[in-house]
Amino acid sequence: MLIMVILAAVAIFLIVQSLPAIVANWQTGDLAGGTTAGNTSFWGYVLPLVWGTIFVSAIALVIGAPIAIGIALFISHYAPRRLAGILGYLVDLLAAVPSVVFGLWGIFVIRPFLLPLEHWLNANLGWFPPFGGAASSTGSTILAGAVVLAVMILPIITAISREIFLQTPRLHEEAALALGATKWELIRLAVFPYARSGVVSAILLGLGRALGETMAIALIISPSLIFSLLVLTDTQNSQTIAANLALNFPESNTLQRQALIGTGLMLFVISLAVNFAARSIIARTGPGAGGKKRKKDSQAKVGIVLVPGETPIFVADTALSATDPGSPGDRAVRERKS
Amino acid sequence: MTASVLTGPRKPRPQANGLTTGKLPRFFELYALVASLLVVAGVFALMGFNVVGWLVVTAIVYLLAIGVFSAIVENRRKATDRVIRGLVIVAFLLAFIPLISTLGTVVIRGASSMNLSFITQSTHTAFDPATLKVTVTQGALQSIVGTLEITGIATLMSVPIGLLTSIYLVEYAQPTQWMARTVTILVDVMTGIPSIVAGLFAFSLFTLIVGPKAFSGFSASVALSVLMIPIVVRSSEEMLKLVSSELREASYALGVTKFRTITRIVLPTAIAGLITGIMLAIARVIGETAPIFIAASFTNNFNANPFNGPQSSLAVQAYANYKFPGTDIPASVDSAWGAALLLVLLVVILNLIARIVARVFAPKGLR
Repeated sequence: MLIMVILAAVAIFLIVQSLPAIVANWQTGDLAGGTTAGNTSFWGYVLPLVWGTIFVSAIALVIGAPIAIGIALFISHYAPRRLAGILGYLVDLLAAVPSVVFGLWGIFVIRPFLLPLEHWLNANLGWFPPFGGAASSTGSTILAGAVVLAVMILPIITAISREIFLQTPRLHEEAALALGATKWELIRLAVFPYARSGVVSAILLGLGRALGETMAIALIISPSLIFSLLVLTDTQNSQTIAANLALNFPESNTLQRQALIGTGLMLFVISLAVNFAARSIIARTGPGAGGKKRKKDSQAKVGIVLVPGETPIFVADTALSATDPGSPGDRAVRERKS
Repeated sequence: MTASVLTGPRKPRPQANGLTTGKLPRFFELYALVASLLVVAGVFALMGFNVVGWLVVTAIVYLLAIGVFSAIVENRRKATDRVIRGLVIVAFLLAFIPLISTLGTVVIRGASSMNLSFITQSTHTAFDPATLKVTVTQGALQSIVGTLEITGIATLMSVPIGLLTSIYLVEYAQPTQWMARTVTILVDVMTGIPSIVAGLFAFSLFTLIVGPKAFSGFSASVALSVLMIPIVVRSSEEMLKLVSSELREASYALGVTKFRTITRIVLPTAIAGLITGIMLAIARVIGETAPIFIAASFTNNFNANPFNGPQSSLAVQAYANYKFPGTDIPASVDSAWGAALLLVLLVVILNLIARIVARVFAPKGLR
């Protein structure tokens, strides 16, 4: 099928195009000057970028994931049923905003907004390594980039977790309530165990999104090609693969471009690995440790969410389940019938 | 109950019993919220007012207060429950700040550069021989045309492929077949391709075909198709699955062939969902910056030919005008915001069309 051809083609073309740069001599010739200057080999060039990519995405995840799960819980278990659909749609609207708009927004709003906080952290918690270093004066820091990334991955994590929370078997919830559980205990006893693997894979998919995100980082962070743990400086920020590509691609010559394509190949491999991990968690465990039938159902459900992620089709589906929850059994039957 | 009978027709007052004692009053959380808002506002009024600080400190004070009161009057379990409820609501409200702030910023900043000539002209320079001054007029026409052409071609390529794949998956393949499973997995994986990698793919492909200066709008369309196909496949697949199998079986029972069943029964029933899904896929890729930037480069010149030379798009204009501004930096930045506003408007319009289509066609069929 064409799909396989396309995916294979993506990998093959990237490899073919980047091979000359990977095996080239980095000490002399084109690669010794310009944006790739000062590296002894391709790996010396790409490893700091890989580190930066993972570092920024991890921070974004630490900020974004708890909030996203909170929102998902609010929509699935706290908000009035009638409101839930509308609220879900509003959160999905966040996903419809193009990433370049988030980037511009980050520059003009988030950077100045975070600056006082960054100075405070640097002054008072400077002994904690990431907060050390010379504090930024412009706000073009890893922290600002990570906050914007966190906003961008909110919708995807929220959409998937919300859908899985809504699938918690009604009987489990009612059993917990019948034992006198408070709402939080209900969530901890019935919802979280059922949804754990789904939420983990939702977070991994969010990570996949964050890894490949280009524009917000390229616009906000002022980068340098180093390994750095600092999140509050202008001059010692790790750079990410995608942002490095976007910044240097226009002004590179052929061999340097091939080196950049090589870094793109690395990004491709990393995000493939993350995505495969997420899928295999979904496939292996599935929400709920129950029988085979339920496992299959929930897999199908997750499938619905993955792509539209932010679409009203999917929202209509949520609205449906929000206004007319039925029992999961009923819903399964209805799905199988249709 | 007995009390009310004995004391006559007066309304019974709630009796103190095990179920109602040891509980905070009904609207206590509301009172606590108002009280903490006021208290913190008072404190901040003494120290200098700051809206963000006020809200943040209020949230903390509220959570502490509700926890402590509930722990004293009720018990620890209920206290935890109330604090978590507060935290969840705070998380939810946090999500609205970026949404409102982003849209607000784009509209306010973009509106200042928005006028008729911005939309109807491309960016051009004029040299005045009398004063020896070069004036740059910012415009977005080249980007509007580029966006529409690139996205249009991408749609033309990915909709047939995506639709046929989903028809194969739903109508022809058995879910247990290795082929169907592989395709499903690959589609899932393709949704995870970073957009910039898709751009690199298109660039490498066209470098091999046409040589080193391979920038063209068509190349960008190829990049966008790589991103768009999996979205179309997944949404169409879900929509086709929703068509009830009774309809198909009824058609087969009448002796209709598989092909005619698909074209006459399945597709018309699912048409609203299919169009909605395609619209949303377009809205999704129209805002992509990185792949177009890599594959079609950037230009301020008007270029309506997608097969030759660099082409611009709104997203790329927003990025490039900020990151690589011309001599007049404020004007470039204004134009970036203008392009961003146009882009957001396009996305909103596409989303609205998708919803309207879904509503207009929805009652058809047995869903």
